[in-house]
Amino acid sequence: MLKEGQVRIPAGCAISGIFSRSGARTSGEAIIKSISTMHDRSNGLGGGFAGYGIYPEYADFYAFHVFYDTQAARDACEDFLEAHFDIVNLSKIPTRRHPRITDEPMIWRYFVNPLHVKLEASQLDEREYVARCVIRVNDQLEGAYIFSSGKNMGVFKASGYPEDVGAYYRLEEYSAYSWTCHGRYPTNTPGWWGGAHPFALLDWSVVHNGEISSYDANRRFIEMFGYKCNLLTDTEAITYIIDYLGRRQGLTLPEIAQVIAAPFWSTIESRPAEERARLTYLRNAFAPLLVTGPFSILVGFDGGLMALNDRLKLRSMVVGEKGDTVYIASEECAIRVIEPSLDRIWAPRGGEPVIVTLDKGGK
Amino acid sequence: MVIQANLTHFKTLNEQIRACPDADITVGCCTGQRYIASGMSGRRITVHGTPGNALGAYLDGCTIEVFGNAQDATGDTMNSGEIIIHGSCGDATGYGMRGGRILVEGDCGYRGGIHMKAYEGQLPVLVIGGQAGSFLGEYLAGGLIIVLGRGVGGLPPVSYFCGTGMHGGKIVLRCDEAPQGLPRQVLVSEATAADRAELLPHLEAYCRRFGGDAQALAAERYFVLTPNPEAGYKQLYTFN
Repeated sequence: MLKEGQVRIPAGCAISGIFSRSGARTSGEAIIKSISTMHDRSNGLGGGFAGYGIYPEYADFYAFHVFYDTQAARDACEDFLEAHFDIVNLSKIPTRRHPRITDEPMIWRYFVNPLHVKLEASQLDEREYVARCVIRVNDQLEGAYIFSSGKNMGVFKASGYPEDVGAYYRLEEYSAYSWTCHGRYPTNTPGWWGGAHPFALLDWSVVHNGEISSYDANRRFIEMFGYKCNLLTDTEAITYIIDYLGRRQGLTLPEIAQVIAAPFWSTIESRPAEERARLTYLRNAFAPLLVTGPFSILVGFDGGLMALNDRLKLRSMVVGEKGDTVYIASEECAIRVIEPSLDRIWAPRGGEPVIVTLDKGGK
Repeated sequence: MVIQANLTHFKTLNEQIRACPDADITVGCCTGQRYIASGMSGRRITVHGTPGNALGAYLDGCTIEVFGNAQDATGDTMNSGEIIIHGSCGDATGYGMRGGRILVEGDCGYRGGIHMKAYEGQLPVLVIGGQAGSFLGEYLAGGLIIVLGRGVGGLPPVSYFCGTGMHGGKIVLRCDEAPQGLPRQVLVSEATAADRAELLPHLEAYCRRFGGDAQALAAERYFVLTPNPEAGYKQLYTFN
């Protein structure tokens, strides 16, 4: 079977996100209702969700969500995990039989922390250690895919329409302060579970509506730093770019936005001198990480959410606010259906990030 | 007749609208259903809620009035009729429009009125009450785009790349200074008496729907963007 990247996949897609600045946690029902109004933006070949704040009882452990194609893959992966991590809990992820969700892999969840001795010996920062382990499993263990690896957050995805995927994973049983979701419309590829969004590494998760025309340039650059784009999807590359710029290079989110959705040179020319110098530096220093082509993305992270359009705004995206809750979606109807009376609604400009974080750091 | 849309699929909703014999149809609780009234003529359709993409696409003589915001591609390639939006509209409003009029009370997203065109008696008009996103009137070939800049405080009510590739038609902006950074294909001038006379009926239509004094509005300061016959398309995209 050809996977993505081996075949061309123009994508339509829908995205939606709900974020409570106060940290109030709500079930997955609202986000499912939101995305279902955009049913016709997807074609049933991928749906997925990310929820933040869902595992408070295991908040200090990395939650690995893993797909296994075979028992052998599971055995190999569990051997690897046991050699590198202290596993405090493992279980199948609860699912509900669904007539439209088929070809299920085995889906397991592990709450882990790095083995102290191994971490010491690696001389790596803890998050780098975890990221390398995840990348190693996904790259080297055939049939095993760690698709979620953050703390107190989790990704749930499958081949299917997003509202069916939400029901399948029983998202009404989880409570999150931040939900993102995606409905996928690959028109020229076999549907497969790994290709669904969100794509996640550590606590970053990305849902993406669009198509990256700079994929190969971005991939070649990011693979120099240990990332492996072996899921062969463009969105995967965005996740690694954001991890690289944010976690490893220490750029702020607005700076990351100015790298991946950099203003045109003609726009930079019109800015005041100091701003012009800063934008010029970012474009030059990280030129291979400019993401071209249409996109609207939601980037989830611990305690916050960033929404960003490509600099030409070739995909629609609107943001609504009601009290301390922020709603972001491809279409206004997906917000109105869950919150008809908004305080404010607007469409951010291309390349202009909307960043929301928990009040007082969630304390 | 009133049809409650709620979560009805767009295909079913549009079948209901087409099957309805009434000349006056109200759609209530609209939740993103696409293609409402597309290609239709001879009806008056009122929408409450949020109509979906391509509202009134290929419209051929209907009047559509929306109480709420419209999404993307409103009036895509519309031929005649009128779309009135008591709110704002999304990207690509009036895309490829070739006749009729769209009145938007508030703001318009990116790519408003791109590639509108005019022919003989056909003159599409897009009136935006607030401000417009980037690429307003890109590749404009004909017709009239008016941006009133309400609530913008006299600044140019447009963003980047306004009128890029424009080779026909007219963009009129209400503001106290000419917009900066316009592409070479665009000439900018102060509105003349003839320009104001051309604006007036559309300002009257706007004020009739959304309030305001059309005469007073017509007397304010406007800048008119027209294609520069010297610039054209030559070497715009390639150096050949």
